[in-house]
Amino acid sequence: MTTRLFTTLIGLLLAVALMTALAFGPVPVSLRELGIWSLHWSPMALPELPRHIAIVLGDIRLPRVLMGLMIGASLAMAGAAIQGLFRNPLADPGLIGVSSGAALAALAVIVLGNTVLAGFMATFGFLALPFAAFLGALLVTWVIYSIARMTPGGSQVTTLILAGVAITAFSGAVSGLLTYMADDAELRSFTFWSMGSLASVTWRDLAIAAPWMSVSLIGFPLMAGALNVMLMGESVADHLGIDPNRIRRRVFVLTALAVGAGVSVAGMIGFVGLVVPHLVRLALGPDHRALIPLSGLVGAALLVWADILARLLVAPAELPIGIITALLGGPFFLYLLMRQTTEGIQHD
Amino acid sequence: MINVAQLSLCKGGRRLLDSISFQLTPGEVVAVIGANGAGKSSLLKVVSGEWGLQEGELSYDGEPVQGICKQDLAKRRAVMPQASPMSFPFKAWEVVALGRTPFGLNSPKREHKTALERLELTGTEHLAERHYTALSGGEKQRVQLARVLNQLLSSQAKHRYLFLDECTSSLDPSHQHQVFQRVRALTNEGIGVLAIVHDIHLAAQYADRVLILKDGALLDAGSVKNCLTPQAMVEAFALHTHRLSHPEADWPLLVARKNPLIAPQPVPFKSADVAVG
Repeated sequence: MTTRLFTTLIGLLLAVALMTALAFGPVPVSLRELGIWSLHWSPMALPELPRHIAIVLGDIRLPRVLMGLMIGASLAMAGAAIQGLFRNPLADPGLIGVSSGAALAALAVIVLGNTVLAGFMATFGFLALPFAAFLGALLVTWVIYSIARMTPGGSQVTTLILAGVAITAFSGAVSGLLTYMADDAELRSFTFWSMGSLASVTWRDLAIAAPWMSVSLIGFPLMAGALNVMLMGESVADHLGIDPNRIRRRVFVLTALAVGAGVSVAGMIGFVGLVVPHLVRLALGPDHRALIPLSGLVGAALLVWADILARLLVAPAELPIGIITALLGGPFFLYLLMRQTTEGIQHD
Repeated sequence: MINVAQLSLCKGGRRLLDSISFQLTPGEVVAVIGANGAGKSSLLKVVSGEWGLQEGELSYDGEPVQGICKQDLAKRRAVMPQASPMSFPFKAWEVVALGRTPFGLNSPKREHKTALERLELTGTEHLAERHYTALSGGEKQRVQLARVLNQLLSSQAKHRYLFLDECTSSLDPSHQHQVFQRVRALTNEGIGVLAIVHDIHLAAQYADRVLILKDGALLDAGSVKNCLTPQAMVEAFALHTHRLSHPEADWPLLVARKNPLIAPQPVPFKSADVAVG
């Protein structure tokens, strides 16, 4: 499939998703009303909208859709970049424990913010939560990479996945400990963090998370050429004039920014970074110069659609979006594992 | 000219290289030979700039290597590794196109055209559209050679160098000669070649000079004729050989004797090796 055709298809899918996500919900909005609302900045003379519709669209649905778009894009790009860095198509920020590290750090700030971590809260104020999530994500990324490099097999699937399992289990245990100290409200946010949800996203959340994510959304595509070379190994990258250590540091920081910001606003949303780059690679090949930006586009479309499903399936209640992505991603991951062992797609 | 003086290297408490000095001039092929673990790969890694310089001096055309940034270095020298596995299915020509990384990539169309020209140089243009992951070991090596040539030949630098790390070990005899003839032809364009070679015959036929390493130190260095002797084989490899003369050419032929191995010293039993119970 050509890149142009693929881009057009995904672009259409994303556009339809955006319209559906805005129009659908407990307060029905017609396409005509959506059209009027989306043009209300323009100087055109347009019929007046009912006030409640303008509020639902502008203050509730728009920030939620935009957040989904950004989280989907940055998680998918992070997945593509991490897979390139580890030279392993099964590396995903969720699977290797980065998201759970970020969630644990966020939870620690919520539960311990008044006591142990009061100093941290005072220093960073309203940025304490995303910053903690960023640090948690960065720490786990670094730990996983060190483990992958120390073990003789290098970044073998088993090492990575098992290390991810261990880290996720450990974060889960520490999170469990924290819940004993938590009050009811904090417990609810714990559930929210472990399953992921866009339900409560406001413009304020968007304003806090968007700048961090934008850095990763711009940064990842700039790494594409270097990541292509890194696929041939760190020695060859070095021979071609690219400092592998520098690339590694950059990918870590960008990933931690993307995952940390996403987790601090919407909790753990798994499998986006695994499934999306894989699909794009199947369609267009492994060249990161196309893979990274188009993974972003597909990730955005996927997460907006997943959010629509989360709102639709048990309406008028809502499912956490992490459940939807895990329902799609879990079986897909199993399929990849099977394919990998039967065909040895990456061991030669 | 690459100038190496009193180069030493320690890693993990072991002295891998011990005050090695030599020079590599543009236009010559220098073969590095020596037993396994003699320090050949370490030497290549330090001289090519992949590993940092610990002790001694290393300069490229008079400039100390410490002062050359990675990208500049990549414009002056290329390195052909022993094997290059890859987990993602790039096409062969895309792998070759990556060789131009230090110079900034052109439009995809031009990259494709250049890559095809380089593949032609190694007789692999028919593999261009195949997935690299699906190629045989020998085919991969020849595609990698095309990638390395793409890097070297794209450079405008006055003096260029090529490092080969036992890169022909997975090739059949005729492809080994094909690769070395290609490498030999590069010397006409003023490219200096430092090659780790396991096959003494290949070294004898294609190198101008040899460096013989033993236990991290330089055992001998000089012309092929003077250095490739049965005496050197005994000292470097503990191997008894006959020196024959080539019917057509004047390079030495070293053939293993009927009982070629020098008897190894008996190893005393360590009590830890004996199973208890």
